[in-house]
Amino acid sequence: MNLFVDALAWLFSLDRLIGGNSIPQRVLEHAGYTVLSLIVSAVIAIPVGFAIGHFRRGREVTVALSGAARALPSLGLLTVLALMLGLGAAPAVAVIVFVVLGTPSVLAGAYSGIESVDPATVKAARAMGMTEWQVLWKVEVPLGLPLLVGGLRSAALQIVATATLAAYIGLGGLGSYIFTAIPLRQYDVMLGGAILIMVLAIVIDALFAGLGRLVTPRGVRHRRRESERSLALSARPARGTTL
Amino acid sequence: MIEFRSVSKEFDDGTVAVDDISLVIPARRVTVLVGSSGSGKTTLLQMINRMVEPTSGTIEIDGENIAGIAPVPLRRRIGYVIQNSGLLPHRTIIDNVATVLYLEGVRKPQAHERALELLSTVGLDHALATRYPSQLSGGQQQRVGVARALAVNPNILLMDEPFGAVDPIVRAELQQELLRLQRELAKTIVFVTHDIDEAFLLGDNVVILGEGAKIAQQGSPSELLANPATEFVASFIGADRGRRELTIRRVNGRSVVIDGTGRPAGVLAETDGPAS
Repeated sequence: MNLFVDALAWLFSLDRLIGGNSIPQRVLEHAGYTVLSLIVSAVIAIPVGFAIGHFRRGREVTVALSGAARALPSLGLLTVLALMLGLGAAPAVAVIVFVVLGTPSVLAGAYSGIESVDPATVKAARAMGMTEWQVLWKVEVPLGLPLLVGGLRSAALQIVATATLAAYIGLGGLGSYIFTAIPLRQYDVMLGGAILIMVLAIVIDALFAGLGRLVTPRGVRHRRRESERSLALSARPARGTTL
Repeated sequence: MIEFRSVSKEFDDGTVAVDDISLVIPARRVTVLVGSSGSGKTTLLQMINRMVEPTSGTIEIDGENIAGIAPVPLRRRIGYVIQNSGLLPHRTIIDNVATVLYLEGVRKPQAHERALELLSTVGLDHALATRYPSQLSGGQQQRVGVARALAVNPNILLMDEPFGAVDPIVRAELQQELLRLQRELAKTIVFVTHDIDEAFLLGDNVVILGEGAKIAQQGSPSELLANPATEFVASFIGADRGRRELTIRRVNGRSVVIDGTGRPAGVLAETDGPAS
């Protein structure tokens, strides 16, 4: 309990608001790496995911590849890349590591969103004379958006937690409190840093939760409510057979 | 007029869905393709708007080979109605009806005006215009599907078991509604069903399909009833089980018509005029 009080005392000390090692400064760095990595992940994964979902092709290969990359331990990848490319390329190294981490989730969100659209709806859209491009943008993407945002959300959470490692190669962020405190055994600072990362993660998660609600098409929200209602009333007699 | 000339379709897995079919579908009439599941009737229908490409043979619409028309413009001038309506769940009813109008570049106010007109045509209240498909009953959704198919006033309407998923009462209603619409609009309708009663009710021209979409017999409902060409046709329309046979019994001086199951179906009106 004492440790927790110490951590809070450290967090709310006025010293935390000034200088290059201040909390606002570190939060900005941390959030900056998170957002940048998330954008790069999205730019890579969304077009690929949409293509996989739309053409229903190449899913196994892509999932295997991105899953394998995802299985690499982030700290190991960071160390190896930093040694290979040199500390001058540290920011690029960090972004690569976080992108490897975030891409599979965004990819899964993108293709599963498209694949979740009722095939009959897509077929009807095509039969009405929509081009493939129109089928994608007018039908599949709007209906698949909630799942895509879900994918971005879980990628963001993983990246924000792992962005702690940026400090390991001298890039700052909230991890720098933890990494500098470890050799000095400043447990209050370590805990304080961890709390800050947790709070940032919760804030980002809440933002994406709100965004997810915002992009759910209205007609689909109705359907969800309706299907819940019909589940409650599911004790209906079976339809009679026709002659 | 739609004409199939020696059309075959073999899918990638080797299934022959349609095997060397030649068929003329007359203009401004309802032609019903009827057959059990796996008879290739839907495949046949979907070849008309190039949702399915034939492996061999040609299909002509008013003498024009459709292989020479790009699928997208072809589909935009052919109405298409499917089971479960296939409406876009994220768009309001009015926008669903206007879908093809938007694709054709019609401006929103004009498209909305036309869509409201169409809602009236299919017997739907304008209050439904701003609802979403999920808020409508199955029968209402199906009407919206028909309105959407009629939006650009196509000559041809393809209907793939459109009333298959609604309950019998609503189905009967929709069937009558379609007959009424057809009296007003006189479209070339190609209608697919597995329900022979529906085929006889709606079709001016009924095509009974066997396996591989082989045409077992084609003709008006009364022709088929009077002269089933094969045992297969007789069994398909229920003639073999006596289901289609009506007998007359004299009761209290009136002629009561008894159906194949022995139930009285009605009283014979004794006039000299032709039965309609």
